[in-house]
Amino acid sequence: MLGKLNWSAIPFGEPIPLVTGIVLVFGISAVLALITLKGWWPYLWREWITSVDHKRIGVMYCMLALVMLLRGFTDAIMMRSHLAIAAGSSQGYLPPEHYNQIFSAHGTIMIFFTAMPFVVGLMNFVVPLQLGVRDVAFPTLNSVSFWLTASGVLLINLSLVIGEFARTGWLAYPPLSELQFSPGVGVDYYLWSIQIAGVGTLLSGINLVTTILKMRAPGMTYTRMPMFCWTALASNLLIVAAFPILTATLAMLTLDRYLGFHFFTNDGGGNAMMYINLIWAWGHPEVYILILPAFGVFSEVISTFSSKALFGYRSMVLATMCICVLSFLVWLHHFFTMGAGADVNGFFGVMTMIIAVPTGVKIFNWLFTMYGGRVRFEVPMLWSIGFMVTFVIGGMTGVLLAVPPADFVLHNSLFLVAHFHNVIIGGVLFGAFAGYTYWFPKAFGFKLHDGLGRAAFWCWLTGFYIAFMPLYALGLMGATRRMQHYDDTGWQPLMITAFVGAVIILTGIGCQVLQLIVSIRQRDRNRDLSGDPWDGRSLEWSTASPPPAFNFAVLPDVQGEEAYWGVKQSAIEDKRLADEPEYEPIEMPRNTPTGFITAFFATITGFALIWHIWWLVILGLVGAYAVFVIFAWRQDEEYTIPVEEVAAIDRKRRHYREQRLVADRKPA
Amino acid sequence: MSGDDHQREDDRTPGSHQASVLVQVGTYTLGLVLALGLTAISFWAVRTHMLWGPGVPIGLCVLAIAQMGIHLVFFLHITSGPDNTNNLLALAFGVLIVFLVVAGSLWIMANLNANMMPMPAMMSPQT
Amino acid sequence: MTATTEQRDARPPNDDPHQIGRSNGEGADRVSGHGDGGPADKRTVVGFGFWIFLLSDIIMFSAIFAAYAVLEGATDGGPTSRQLFDIDNAWVETLCLLFSSFTCGLATIAAERRNVLWTQAFLLATGILGAVFLALELREFVDLIDRGAGPQRSAFLSSFFTLVGCHGLHVTAGLLWLGTMMAQVWTRGFQPNIARRLMCFSLFWHALDIIWVALFTIVYLFGVR
Repeated sequence: MLGKLNWSAIPFGEPIPLVTGIVLVFGISAVLALITLKGWWPYLWREWITSVDHKRIGVMYCMLALVMLLRGFTDAIMMRSHLAIAAGSSQGYLPPEHYNQIFSAHGTIMIFFTAMPFVVGLMNFVVPLQLGVRDVAFPTLNSVSFWLTASGVLLINLSLVIGEFARTGWLAYPPLSELQFSPGVGVDYYLWSIQIAGVGTLLSGINLVTTILKMRAPGMTYTRMPMFCWTALASNLLIVAAFPILTATLAMLTLDRYLGFHFFTNDGGGNAMMYINLIWAWGHPEVYILILPAFGVFSEVISTFSSKALFGYRSMVLATMCICVLSFLVWLHHFFTMGAGADVNGFFGVMTMIIAVPTGVKIFNWLFTMYGGRVRFEVPMLWSIGFMVTFVIGGMTGVLLAVPPADFVLHNSLFLVAHFHNVIIGGVLFGAFAGYTYWFPKAFGFKLHDGLGRAAFWCWLTGFYIAFMPLYALGLMGATRRMQHYDDTGWQPLMITAFVGAVIILTGIGCQVLQLIVSIRQRDRNRDLSGDPWDGRSLEWSTASPPPAFNFAVLPDVQGEEAYWGVKQSAIEDKRLADEPEYEPIEMPRNTPTGFITAFFATITGFALIWHIWWLVILGLVGAYAVFVIFAWRQDEEYTIPVEEVAAIDRKRRHYREQRLVADRKPA
Repeated sequence: MSGDDHQREDDRTPGSHQASVLVQVGTYTLGLVLALGLTAISFWAVRTHMLWGPGVPIGLCVLAIAQMGIHLVFFLHITSGPDNTNNLLALAFGVLIVFLVVAGSLWIMANLNANMMPMPAMMSPQT
Repeated sequence: MTATTEQRDARPPNDDPHQIGRSNGEGADRVSGHGDGGPADKRTVVGFGFWIFLLSDIIMFSAIFAAYAVLEGATDGGPTSRQLFDIDNAWVETLCLLFSSFTCGLATIAAERRNVLWTQAFLLATGILGAVFLALELREFVDLIDRGAGPQRSAFLSSFFTLVGCHGLHVTAGLLWLGTMMAQVWTRGFQPNIARRLMCFSLFWHALDIIWVALFTIVYLFGVR
């Protein structure tokens, strides 16, 4: 009846997951109860859950990412604290079969459910606003994408309380991930949560590529697009190109596990090396999918807070598109040691070094943007400067690892772990935090608390270095990754230092949580009515904060690069705003529960597949198909905002702008 | 959201075409005939002993690529006009990725397999 | 709905030097081709988006193709392609799919002319040919499994069944979609959104035929040499 599911799936005998599970269940129930008591369900359903507005969906993606950052970081601090004591005769407090699940969950969550949603969320929110259009190309599909990602999140979190997680690392290499060596449900949780989320991501990629290539404001040629849109284009092209490979490869592993196929098994002619080849053919573009939007954020932030146009726009575009193509030519550097031989290793080693060049171009362009500008050290700018230093170091260790003989010594050591955390934290996470701080006032109408933002930055920066620099040294000394215990007590001081660094980062996260709470409570004090709190240069800063559902009352007519800057300057020169435009009624897509319900059935199907509850699988698939058919018959796809409402909303925006224009003219 | 559906001067979607019925049916028919011909040749090439053996695989590849081209042009109306630029560029990007993945995997796996230690006879030889 | 060119030019030039707020995004009077006349119309957007999806699907197939190419010789002492594949069956399957692409094209022509009868007729023909293709393929699979050459026998057979089976699954999904489209045309006629979906379906169906060309060449024709 219930397949493999029975009471033994709940970890009664393991205190840490049990207590965590109880706390989670209580916490979530408390939140749900609060929402019910306060009567917030109709509002949440109408305004958020069924929303097809790219701004709402972008915010939800970022919220999801921030919550999962906490979960992923919990795994991290458990590992660091354990390793600080698991030296020599001590075995630490996490037995190997638990420790292995923790590092697997940590990697999976951080990449798929923290970093990906964060950058996708920022792109979702910002790109249509910067392009000067009303929404993405396929708003309902956008909602489906988000909820499918949420479905993956739900499944992976369920693995904590019902069943177990994979013990294979975040990429689940066979033969360890095959049924013979991982007979439990852990790898199945991994497979299905990622496949479902992966479909969501692929659809999102298609959506944004179409939006950027086919939907821009009048006059916005390719060379007038903001840099963030270019990096978003490159990143989403990579999503469209790479995620299908992930889908296919995980499907093959799934077939091995469920139907006894022999793609990657030890027997029957299977070839486990093929899995590693294919998974990294996805895996390398994936890290560029993560970093390119972060590069875009930095381009926006550095130019805004240097009060100067981005230096070398065309070379930036060229560098971005080069990185896009080159990212598909380096993937073997993840398995130099698997034995492809010197000529193959040599080719991919050289290509890996070449791909550092366009990134170097970008760093120089950012530096030249700052040079000669009036630099304002606001929090997003701090993150950017921190990024430039940290990412360059991480990039250099990457080039070091690109040399195959060096990699033969350092592959899968803590040196590697330090390298990729260096670039992902210094690059992706710092970029996400910069974007979060930068665009928060646009999304919510008030700025984040400044002091706590600075505190968070300094904690993250110092904490990162203290946590990860020791790992470089340890890697050179021979320490391996995914290591639950080590014999050499000489390593312990460095492990303890790393733990201290993790605690400092924890403090930083604490500052960020506090910052959010305080900012919300102090929102009236930090209110921004003008919609342009940072003296921005691109079109999103021409809208109100938060922008109305339709973004722009009339689509802007773009005349040059930095579409908004020129408009702003002439308004300041003329001492008045441009004439009020002719308002017209606006058609917007209707909200729909399609995304939420599709994800509901996807979750049910995924859970049923994991536990081999076959009748429930069929039910879930039938349900998903029914949703598709019902949606196909929907008649009322759009609703019209009457012209009076459009005019009223826009006049209010113009009023605040005029106030700001007058206020700026007065002597300080 | 702009709700219009009329085709304008600018970009065409793949698959769209504007002409008389006769021309359109003729296009599809020509595509069908050409595709049939290429398919027939491919199947014949494998059966016959008239062709030089080692040349057959390359010939089959060429025929397959040609037939895919026929499909793209006659059925999907992918042309090289300025209104089709995005579609063609996207196709080129897709083809590039397919080539890199397939050729890259074949090259890498061939090298990896070649460097595997000699196994006892129970393991069958890899490609 | 959009301000016309004449109205636009009639405004004094220095009133709005950056001409913010002059268009509602239709851009109908601007020649573009590169999307800078404002957002493209819905048909263009949907068609292009679906084209990108098709390219991603082709990339997914290419990963499975790569696995097949690598594992083709991994027969584990079991039956090989030369022993198993029936070229005549593949020939008939190819004809079915090719002709179904043709009838799909005819259905598109009929749909452009809003002719419900011919559209449904050609769509039905497409569906029948697709169903015959699937039946032949299923029969082949069952036959192979009966002969002890199922997907669990060897890596070669796993990848064969997965590659051909994945294509077959796409055809099945396509037939389900086709049925839904025929029902929609019957109940709603050629509303804009239904017309767009028909366009997407025909793109999908032609793409499946393109993938089949690669498939029969690399799997069947290469396999029996």
